[in-house]
Amino acid sequence: MSIDTPTVNATALDPTSAGAARRDILHRLLMTLGPILAALVIAGCILLAVGVDPLAYYGYVLEKGLFSPLGIQQTLTRMAPLLFLAAGLIVAFRAGTWNLGGDGQFLLGAVTAAASAPVFVQLMPAWLALIGSFLIAAVVAMIWSLVPALLRAYQGVNEIITTLMMTFLGTSLANVLVKLVFRDPGTTVPQTRTLPVEDRLPRLFDTTITSGLLLGLAAIIIVHLVMTRTAFGLKLRIVGANPRAAIHAGLGVPGLTIAVFAISAGLAGLAGAVDIIGVQGNVRADWNPAYGLAVIPAVFLARMNGFAAIGFVFLLSVLSIGGESAARRLGVPNHFTLVLVSIVLIVLALAEYVDHRYNQSRKA
Amino acid sequence: MTGLFSEVFLSALMFGAVTAAIPLLLAGLGEQMSEKAGVLNIGIEGMMLAGAYLGFVGAFYSGSLWLGFLTGAAGGVAVALIMALLCVRIGLNQIVIGIALTLGLEGLTALLHHFQFSRSYPRLPAADATVIPLLSDIPVIGPAFFKHHLIVYLALALVFGMGYLYRHTQLGLNLQAAGDKPAALDVAGIDVIKTRTIAVLTTGALAGLGGAYLANVGAGLFIPFISNGAGFLGIVLAMLARGRPVWVLFGALLFGVCLSLTTAMQVAGINIPTDVIQMLPFLAVMIMLVLFGRRASLPAALGIPYERGTR
Repeated sequence: MSIDTPTVNATALDPTSAGAARRDILHRLLMTLGPILAALVIAGCILLAVGVDPLAYYGYVLEKGLFSPLGIQQTLTRMAPLLFLAAGLIVAFRAGTWNLGGDGQFLLGAVTAAASAPVFVQLMPAWLALIGSFLIAAVVAMIWSLVPALLRAYQGVNEIITTLMMTFLGTSLANVLVKLVFRDPGTTVPQTRTLPVEDRLPRLFDTTITSGLLLGLAAIIIVHLVMTRTAFGLKLRIVGANPRAAIHAGLGVPGLTIAVFAISAGLAGLAGAVDIIGVQGNVRADWNPAYGLAVIPAVFLARMNGFAAIGFVFLLSVLSIGGESAARRLGVPNHFTLVLVSIVLIVLALAEYVDHRYNQSRKA
Repeated sequence: MTGLFSEVFLSALMFGAVTAAIPLLLAGLGEQMSEKAGVLNIGIEGMMLAGAYLGFVGAFYSGSLWLGFLTGAAGGVAVALIMALLCVRIGLNQIVIGIALTLGLEGLTALLHHFQFSRSYPRLPAADATVIPLLSDIPVIGPAFFKHHLIVYLALALVFGMGYLYRHTQLGLNLQAAGDKPAALDVAGIDVIKTRTIAVLTTGALAGLGGAYLANVGAGLFIPFISNGAGFLGIVLAMLARGRPVWVLFGALLFGVCLSLTTAMQVAGINIPTDVIQMLPFLAVMIMLVLFGRRASLPAALGIPYERGTR
C-alpha cells in the first residue's frame, strides 16, 4: 500500500514573477474557502431538516470559535494537541505508513503524563518535572506502537489494521489505568490526581492560551523541515514512495519503518501530554476526545505539508470549539460537529480533484 | 461457580456468540468483496451505522423486521454509493474518504437519533426465531444454534454462495482481477470501474444488513455508535481470511464467542472492570495477527484507484 507522493507543485518551481505567485496563493485560498463554504451550506441543509436554524448555529460557531476573545483563546489552546498529532501523522504518511492508532497513543501518553507529573513536581524542580513527564509519555506511546511496527517491518502485516486494533486496546487500557492504577483516592469520580494549575505549562502573556501551542507549532515546523530538508527525511520519503526501490538503494527499510512508528507514536504521546500538562490537569475515566481520527484527513488534505496542516488544524479547532458552544446553546447534540467536519473533508477532497483535472486539461 | 457451566448457561453463551457473530460475518463478507476488487473500504463502519439506524427506523415504523432489514441494506447502499462515486469513479483516496464517511455517519445517526428517539428510547419486540425441527431438540447445541431468526441461516448460506461466486462465476473472477491486475481486466474488455462499483455497493448492502441485524435483533433498539468497531473488526476478518468466505465465518464465530463471553462475564458479576473485558476481542485480533499475520495476503492493487491509461 503506497501513498501517492505529493506531486511537487509545478507552479512553485517555475521562475515566476511576484504577481503569479500572488495569484497562486489567491487561487489556493479560494480553493480552500470555496469548498468550506459549500460544505457549510450542505451541513446547513441537514440542520434545517432537523429543525435548527443553521444561521444561528454558524453564528454561534463563529462567535465562540473565532471572534470572542475567550473563544479564540480556547481555539488556539485546542490547537496544541492537534498540532502534535498532525506532526506525527505527517512523518507517518510521508513515509507511507498509515498510523491510524493516534487515539490510543494519545490517550496512553495523556494517562502517563497525568500519572507522572504530580509525582515528579514533588521530587524535582517544576521545569524538569514537566520535561520528565513529556518524555515518559512519548516513550510509553512509542512502546505501544512497537507491536504494529515490528509486524509491519518484519512480517509485512498491514499497519492499518494493527494500529486500529491497538487504538481500541489503548483506549480501554487507558481507562483501566485511570480506574485501577492511577486513581486519585481523594475523589469519588474515577480520575487521576490533578496537577495544580501553577505547575502546569505556563500560559502565554495575559491570556488563557497554553504555551503548548508554541511547542506544537515548533513540533510541526521541525517535522516539516526534517521531512523536506534533511537526508533522514528523504530516506523516509523514499521508503514511502517505493519500499522496493528503497531496499535497492541500500536503505535499512525495517529499521526506518520502526523509526517512523516510534516518531509518529511519540508525537501522538506528546499530544496527550501537552493536553494534560497544559490544559486538563488530569484524566477522567472514559475521557476520549478522539482527536486522532479527525486530524488524519486534515493532514492528508494539507498534502502532508506542515504549514498547510497548521491552517487546517486551526479550522478544525474553530469548528470543534465553536461547535461545542453552538451545540449547547441550540440543543443540538455535539455529534453535529462530526458531520460538519466530515462534509468539509469530502467537499475539500472533491474540489482538489476538480482543480487538478482542470489544470490537467488546460495543460493538455 | 458450578452455575457458570450449567447447560442453560452454555447454550445461552453459544446463542449469544452466534448473535454477536452475524453482524461481523456480514461486514467481513462485504469487506472481503471490496478488498478482492481492490477497494479498501474503511467507510464500512459508517455503512453499518447507516444500516443500523435506517434498519431500526424501518422496522420500528412498519412493525416488520424484514422491511427493517431492507431499509438497513438500502442505508448501507446509499453510503456505499458515495464511496463508489468518490473512490471508484473519480479515484479519491480511499482511506481519507472512508474515514470521513465513518465520522460523518457516526455524527449523523447520533444526531437523528437525538431528535427522534432520545426521549423515549423505543425498543422492538424480540425477534421471532425460526425453530428448526428435530435439530433444535438437541440439548445445549439445539437452543444455541437452531433457534435463530431466519436471516441468520440466510447469512450462513451466503457464505457458501459467496464461495461459489468467487470460484465458479465470471463475476467472481472479474472481481479478483479488478483487485490483482485491473489493467489486465480492462484489456480483456471488462469495465474495471463497473466491477469495482458492484463490489462496493454489495459491501454497502451487506454492511447495512449487518448493522440492521445489530440494532433490530441483537439489541432491539438503536443507540448512537452502536456498531462500536464492528466494521473495523470486519476489515480484520476480511484481511485474515485471504479471500475465502468460510474463513470469515470461522473468524466471526471466534469473535462472537469473545464478545458473548464479555457479556456473560458481566452478567455473572465477575469483578473486573468492563474495560478489561472489552479489550478481549481486540486482544484476540492482535494475537491472531501476531500468529497468522504473515499469511494475510492482500490483492496487489488494493487501495489504488484505477485510471485507464496510467501505469
